[in-house]
Amino acid sequence: MPRITVKVDDITYEEDVEPRTLLVHFLRDRLGKTGTPIGCDTSNCGSCTVLMDGRSVKSCSVLAVQADESEIVTIEGLASDGNWHPMQRAFHEEHALQCGYCTPGMILAAIDLLNDDPDPSDEAIRQGLEGNLCRCTGYCNIVRAVRRGAEEMGVTSR
Amino acid sequence: MIPASFDYSRPSSLEEALAVLGDAGEEAKVLAGGQSLLPLLRLRLAYPTTLIDIGRVAELRGIADHGDHVFIGAMTTHHEVVRSPVVNEHCPLVALATATVADRAVRHRGTFGGSLAHADPAGDLPSVALALDMDLVVRSSSGERVIPAADFFVDYLEPALEPGEILVGARVPKLGPGWGFHYEKFHRTAQAWATVGVAAAVRRSNGTVAEARIALTNMGPTPIRAVAVEAAVRGAAADRNGALREAAEQAAEGTDPPGDLHARPDYRAHLSRVLTHRALLAACAV
Ligand SMILES: Cc1cc2nc3c(=O)[nH]c(=O)nc-3n(C[C@H](O)[C@H](O)[C@H](O)COP(=O)(O)OP(=O)(O)OC[C@H]3O[C@@H](n4cnc5c(N)ncnc54)[C@H](O)[C@@H]3O)c2cc1C
Ligand code: FES
Ligand code: FES
Repeated sequence: MPRITVKVDDITYEEDVEPRTLLVHFLRDRLGKTGTPIGCDTSNCGSCTVLMDGRSVKSCSVLAVQADESEIVTIEGLASDGNWHPMQRAFHEEHALQCGYCTPGMILAAIDLLNDDPDPSDEAIRQGLEGNLCRCTGYCNIVRAVRRGAEEMGVTSR
Repeated sequence: MIPASFDYSRPSSLEEALAVLGDAGEEAKVLAGGQSLLPLLRLRLAYPTTLIDIGRVAELRGIADHGDHVFIGAMTTHHEVVRSPVVNEHCPLVALATATVADRAVRHRGTFGGSLAHADPAGDLPSVALALDMDLVVRSSSGERVIPAADFFVDYLEPALEPGEILVGARVPKLGPGWGFHYEKFHRTAQAWATVGVAAAVRRSNGTVAEARIALTNMGPTPIRAVAVEAAVRGAAADRNGALREAAEQAAEGTDPPGDLHARPDYRAHLSRVLTHRALLAACAV
């Protein structure tokens, strides 16, 4: 069985994995990081989105062996010292979730989008989050939250 | 779902990858970005014995300007293609179409070569390869061969790759001044896959169309050139007075559009005419 070394939310793990293990199963079942949900079996919904070496990926569509030597950030790794990430706070404050199933993926996809476009228009947010589906909110509050998160992240990084 | 078991190998050079692929037998498969292959494995629609992960083969990745053409390495991700200044300057049709592929997360993993090698007629890049007459460069342990895009897409999900062959990349001819480009795609909002797509490259001179190359996405088991439109549009006035619309009426000639839950064949035929007209207008910048 191949052995992989992967850093997840700042902790380095060395694990033997079957090649067919999907990254999302590795995170949830092996590491117990159930903050990353599985929403579909078709790579369509984006709820399983994590950052891999700083870029959004659908963790149901990556093998754990492909993540060898990489750094993964899940929703569980965003808060620091008990303080929520500005994007988490913005989702809370703008009421950008109802059932919350899509939220981890939405937040990570939003952070990834801001890496390329720190001050996106509403249209750019809608385009940038096209791989993440929400069945509850109708998206309007999500777009508002991403704008607010962008503003706050701009403030914090300045 | 969890894929069926397979052996996994991760070569670090092309030479090693070709050797492993040669030894692994016909049931082995190359794994590129996995954005088409992993969904198939998960649904157990494919049962390869071995996956050969070419994700760490550095020589398959990157974009190079070779004067009269641009070489795009097979393992270059969609994301890298969209952001490449060389691609945007010299092969804008590739950049335009790639930007419509899937979503950001899929574009971070999915590759240029994987999209071509998968030979999905609903994929956006096969029709672009056909419209631009790309040359696809293929290697096996016995050497290299070059396959014109016109010969590469043999049938539904069937590229002209022999067992033991890896697609190394594509030579994309630079089309000189006077050419305009557009990729027009109709899709459902929550799903990026084209119901129908049209890749158009048009050379104008003195207000008329001197030459046009048009290829259709998802209008048959393979991407297909709209040859009837290409012939009809030659010499047409490049304006909004109707000549482009008339030529676009030929778009469904010789096609064999599929019917599925998104669209019936006759609706796809209708879309191909409307979208070809739009693509011609945009490529002519009128
Ligand atoms: C949700 C979703 C939406 C999508 N939407 C679109 C869309 O709108 N338009 C579109 O065009 N595509 C779309 N795709 C597909 C995407 O573009 C994939 O990236 C692409 O089809 C395959 O590239 P890959 O690198 O992931 O290849 P893989 O999945 O790794 O491989 C695909 C096939 O090609 C073979 N292969 C790959 N590379 C090579 C090589 N170098 N040599 C020989 N064989 C090779 C593999 O063995 C396999 O059979 C979508 C995918 C998903 C999951
Ligand atoms: S669970 Fe990964 S995209 Fe839906
Ligand atoms: S909040 Fe329920 S799916 Fe988005």
